[in-house]
Amino acid sequence: MNATATLRLALAALVRNRTRSLLTMLGIVIGVAAVIVTIAIGVGASAQVQTNIQKLGANLIVIQPGSITAGGARSGFSGASTLTPQDGLAIAALPGVAAVSPLVTLRTQVVAGQNNWQTSVSGVAPSYTFIKSWPLASGRFFTQSDDAAAAKVAVLGQTVIAQLFPDGSNPIGATVLIKGVPFTVIGTLTPLGQSGMGQDQDDTVLIPYTSAMERLTGLTTVNQLMVSAASANVIDAVQNEATTLLAARHRIAPGQPDDFQVRNLQSIAQAAASTGAVLEFLLAGVAAVSLIVGGIGIMNIMMVSVSERTREIGLRMSVGARGVTILRQFLAEAALLATAGGAVGVVVGIAGTTAIALAAHWPTQIPPAAVVLSVAFSALVGIFFGYYPAQRAAQLNPIEALRFE
Amino acid sequence: MTPVVAVRDLRKVYQLGDTEVAALRGVDLTIEPGEFIAVMGPSGSGKSTFMHIVGLLDAPTAGTYAFEGTDASNLDADARADIRSRRLGFVFQAYNLLPRTSALENVELPMVYSGVPEAERRRIALEKMEIVGIAHLAKHHPNQMSGGQQQRVAIARSLVNNPGLILADEPTGALDTATSLEVMRLFARLNAEAGITIMLVTHEPDIAAHARRTVAFRDGLVVGDAPNRERAA
Repeated sequence: MNATATLRLALAALVRNRTRSLLTMLGIVIGVAAVIVTIAIGVGASAQVQTNIQKLGANLIVIQPGSITAGGARSGFSGASTLTPQDGLAIAALPGVAAVSPLVTLRTQVVAGQNNWQTSVSGVAPSYTFIKSWPLASGRFFTQSDDAAAAKVAVLGQTVIAQLFPDGSNPIGATVLIKGVPFTVIGTLTPLGQSGMGQDQDDTVLIPYTSAMERLTGLTTVNQLMVSAASANVIDAVQNEATTLLAARHRIAPGQPDDFQVRNLQSIAQAAASTGAVLEFLLAGVAAVSLIVGGIGIMNIMMVSVSERTREIGLRMSVGARGVTILRQFLAEAALLATAGGAVGVVVGIAGTTAIALAAHWPTQIPPAAVVLSVAFSALVGIFFGYYPAQRAAQLNPIEALRFE
Repeated sequence: MTPVVAVRDLRKVYQLGDTEVAALRGVDLTIEPGEFIAVMGPSGSGKSTFMHIVGLLDAPTAGTYAFEGTDASNLDADARADIRSRRLGFVFQAYNLLPRTSALENVELPMVYSGVPEAERRRIALEKMEIVGIAHLAKHHPNQMSGGQQQRVAIARSLVNNPGLILADEPTGALDTATSLEVMRLFARLNAEAGITIMLVTHEPDIAAHARRTVAFRDGLVVGDAPNRERAA
């Protein structure tokens, strides 16, 4: 008997027991759908993490002050106040550096007319919007001359605008008081949403770093230097050169710990990606267990089916079916059930993923490989768990099978 | 002419736990083409065991069995299945039709295993159903048919491979007297008109009387073998 004939026999037997076949398939349907939904959510989530990290800035290197030791007590990172805008200028001159911006941060009250709001005020250089790939919504950004003059100009994030100008009036040209100092609003930022860490990035006010140092903090040091490498390939080189340069500028003796710390976002991205991968594996593992449970369901039903159909098997043998023909038929039944269940599971999984994406606004992605693999896996599960019952059927003695009540 | 069945000193011993049970203790029998033979005997006489060996559902412990001139004493399960599929037809007491399957497909079943193409299968099946008078029930399922109709489906099924021998195991055991008579007349007609060789196994003398020859079994031996002088009609 050829494969087509065997498949048709199996199909006919499955159709004869429609309800039982559908119920048996259910386990596999749920298993495959679960695999697809979990993988879609996992892959979607890690893709979004990647995008968020991209949004943090292109080829960004962050230099923060390091730790200092004062009276035997060591501060943590950023404990030292050692980074200066001059360090930034020196780094900007290094090959492979596209832009550098100092970052001076403070949290303070910002007042506009009757409204006030505590927010994060950042003193930055004109290159900041380029480093962060953060376009303006309206107005202009400050310039080198604003920097040089420590101009009292500010660019507002969307959250701050919503809080300070709730009537929707145009903030450009308005005066806001930052820590009591009047600044003129010259531009607004496009909304950026939450950062990868869950912070509202739009809850911010940008001013020239010179203004922040001279008029607000009164310090000669900055909190951070943001360095943008010309391309992803030179990130490591720029990082090394900047480390050497700063060590020389800060007169760090060889063997002594640096008083600054240089990091790039690549490592953060990798950490986030590996977290996502662990999560995906976990979810896929749970889903795979449900597939195996579905397979055991198939074995269960096939076992019942073999004893229920003992007389039928005896008859088929008496009219000339060989044991191996019976084996193939039952194996084909199990494989058909599992494959059909897998196919239905794919449809249910895609529908479920779409529903979740719409309802919960989660980013989802269905990798084609996951679909192919889960269907192939479910067919394997069917054959694996179908083999034992099929073997039992094939080994029945036709005489006893015919007499079976 | 080559006999359909030729058995010499046929023995079958079953192992039941520690005890051996001899079901056949040296049977000699020949069935010629065109015969209609009834095998009679009480339960435990060995008649069913004999039918299973003749029907190549089982192998003898000792002795020889030639089916249509070919030694069939020592065949393996697959070789026996192949001969069953091409040369033997079975009719059982319980009809043994596939449930939720049309009469036509039930009749076609043996040809599925002997590899007859589908269109040919349909043609032959309908032809045999015509012969046994149930062609109009082709689309019916077993649960929509009477016992007599179901047994006719089973008889049509036993005919589709043009078997050298039909084995009928208590074919009227589940039928009322009138229907039994119809089924036995059908067998007699198939034998008389188409020359089909039939071996009937029964414990009822009334039923055995429809055959041309009766062989009596007792305790694993043939104790009587005679033509039926007064055949039932």
